Amino acid sequence: MKQAYTLSIFSENSVGLLNRITSILTRRHLNIDSINSSESESSGIYRFTIVVKTTEAQVKKLVLQLEKQVEVMKAVYHTDSDTVFQEIALYKISTRSISEGNLVEKLIRDNNARILSVESDFMIIEKTGHKEETQELLDFLSPYGVLEFVRSGRVSVTKPMGELEGI
Amino acid sequence: MYLEATLTPPVKETMRTSGADAVLRSFIAEEVDLIFGYPGGAIMPVYDALYHYQEQVRHVLTRHEQGAIHAAQGYARVTGKVGVVLATSGPGATNLITGIADAMIDSTPLVCITGQVGSHLLGTDAFQEIDIISISMPATKWNYQVTKAEQLPEALSRAFYIARSGRSGPVLIDITKDAQFEMFDFAYRKCKQIRSYTPVPALNLKQVEDAADLINSAKKPLVVFGQGVILGNAENEFKQLIEKANLPAASTLLGLSALPSDHPLHVGMLGMHGNYAPNVLTNECDVLIAIGMRFDDRVTGDLNRYAKQAKVIHFDIDPAEINKNVQADIAVLGDCKESLQALIPLVYERSHQGWLKEFEALTGVEQTKVIEHDLRPTSGPISMGEVIHQVNLQTDGNAVLVTDVGQHQMVATRYTHFKQSKSNITSGGLGTMGFCLPAALGAKLGVPEREVIAVIGDGGFQMTIQELGTIFQTKAAVKIIILNNSFLGMVRQWQQLFFDKRYSSTEMENPDFVAIAKGYGIDGKSISERDDLKTAVMEMLSHNGSYLLEVHVGKEDNVFPMVPTGASVSEIRLE
Repeated sequence: MKQAYTLSIFSENSVGLLNRITSILTRRHLNIDSINSSESESSGIYRFTIVVKTTEAQVKKLVLQLEKQVEVMKAVYHTDSDTVFQEIALYKISTRSISEGNLVEKLIRDNNARILSVESDFMIIEKTGHKEETQELLDFLSPYGVLEFVRSGRVSVTKPMGELEGI
Repeated sequence: MYLEATLTPPVKETMRTSGADAVLRSFIAEEVDLIFGYPGGAIMPVYDALYHYQEQVRHVLTRHEQGAIHAAQGYARVTGKVGVVLATSGPGATNLITGIADAMIDSTPLVCITGQVGSHLLGTDAFQEIDIISISMPATKWNYQVTKAEQLPEALSRAFYIARSGRSGPVLIDITKDAQFEMFDFAYRKCKQIRSYTPVPALNLKQVEDAADLINSAKKPLVVFGQGVILGNAENEFKQLIEKANLPAASTLLGLSALPSDHPLHVGMLGMHGNYAPNVLTNECDVLIAIGMRFDDRVTGDLNRYAKQAKVIHFDIDPAEINKNVQADIAVLGDCKESLQALIPLVYERSHQGWLKEFEALTGVEQTKVIEHDLRPTSGPISMGEVIHQVNLQTDGNAVLVTDVGQHQMVATRYTHFKQSKSNITSGGLGTMGFCLPAALGAKLGVPEREVIAVIGDGGFQMTIQELGTIFQTKAAVKIIILNNSFLGMVRQWQQLFFDKRYSSTEMENPDFVAIAKGYGIDGKSISERDDLKTAVMEMLSHNGSYLLEVHVGKEDNVFPMVPTGASVSEIRLE
């Protein structure tokens, strides 16, 4: 059965490694749901977080193929329930359309969102959460006219203690 | 450099030198004495440096970059050393890709050096610029672009280490032209270890014990072995193991020659055109012991009906091979020489007489129904099998066999007698037509004291026919046998069997191959009569220098046995 798996890949920081990683997915005709890369808690070691929808049998093979790459130190996979994860979304909305009534207060309170910037003609709202939550806010704001919307890749840390030691 | 590594102290003292000169000095530090390549604009500084090191590093100028890389593959496979290739940027680099992919899938250690446009021109669509790093990425074990001379020694020491360690494979280093000209302080330090890379997984003795228990309890064990035995230099350990427990052992295409063909426990070749007994009995064994092989689809046939009754033990150096195609009950990770050394004392002596008799019986069936007719036909055109049989008789199994891809490859590998390891050079995983002629050249230059016989079809021969020029120039005494059926024979066989004989674009009108060879200064002969075969092979083998023997064989002969695509290995057809 296919489901979302979060791949965490720990590697050296090399030109083109992202290419090498994505080609392993491309080769198996897998689409990337979300991707993120940043330096990990260990200086000089980078962490890719990639979400793919596939079967467990497939993801097990993927992890071995990823780990086989010379620059990759470790690759692991997790289901959503094994990780704590977040995404961040930014919404740009016309100030005029949203400033009527107590709409702004309601959306901030109900959605645990915050306002990053208010200009005379637009404002930027930020919300972090799971995809469904940021999507919910997008749906709520849509009738007022969303000028721009962007959602980040997933960042995720694992729940089990000690699992990633020794990388 | 970003790839954290442990290095040895410098081989020699630091000295001021150019990037191009450093490439040659690095080769010498890695004990490279023979390289293959083709010059061009972006690699000219390295070629200029080569001019000054001709005494230490011999360069073989092929007639095409694909020829250079296949020659390096042949050299690497026959010597066990790293093959080295030089090419220029753009088309020079892209012409290497087929060979790189071939080396990747067949685990051949190569270091390919490509020139690149000057670093200030990168990304500008400059003359002969191509992003070879991105193109070669999925087909290399590792690759790296060098834009500064100071990066060269560290990139090259890592390249050689990565290419030859663990599961070996091809590495590509792309060097911008300015980095080749740049002067810097050179010191070479060999690479010993890389932080992010574990070439050989640590051996787990518990896994070895579990494997031994299962082997000891087996009533009908079958060993299936691949090139891992050769790459791991484990031929002796392998032989000790099977002899101690009397285990029947079947080879993959690339595993051939790891065990002498006439060894009583060698029960033949696996796979689509392999032998009858090991294919059928794969589905009857109770323990399947896979050593240094990767369960390629040409070996397994339909996976859903492959050895389902058996417990599987898989020895491999590459963790990604475990459970990739066939689920292993016990996986023994590590270098197979070490794993087998640990395993042998734990394995009981057994005779497995009844089980071995089953192989004998089925081999007898194949002998009567297929082999006898293939090797000793009495009427009709010459068969591919009898040519190989004649070569066996006259070389006594001491030659290196280099083959291309197709019917002749299957016949030659099925029937050639191998006495020593590293004697079977062929394109297995990628199935690259055109591989044979340049690979045979590389093999001959690698082991000049051995007889090297290139067996090629008329189709594949014409894919890299230009390398006759290189054979001519190097005077490499390669013996070339063209098994000419005027067809792309394997495709034609499939068209006959599965496409109602619609021979779509497979018939070939061929030139006078002997005349072409003569044009290159290579003697040759063409025969089509059975009575001429023995003398013709004798003339070829006794000829001083390279020789081309063209044999006209049956146009529509088929290769059997055969496991049709999608069938189970036990459904192998004898006719």
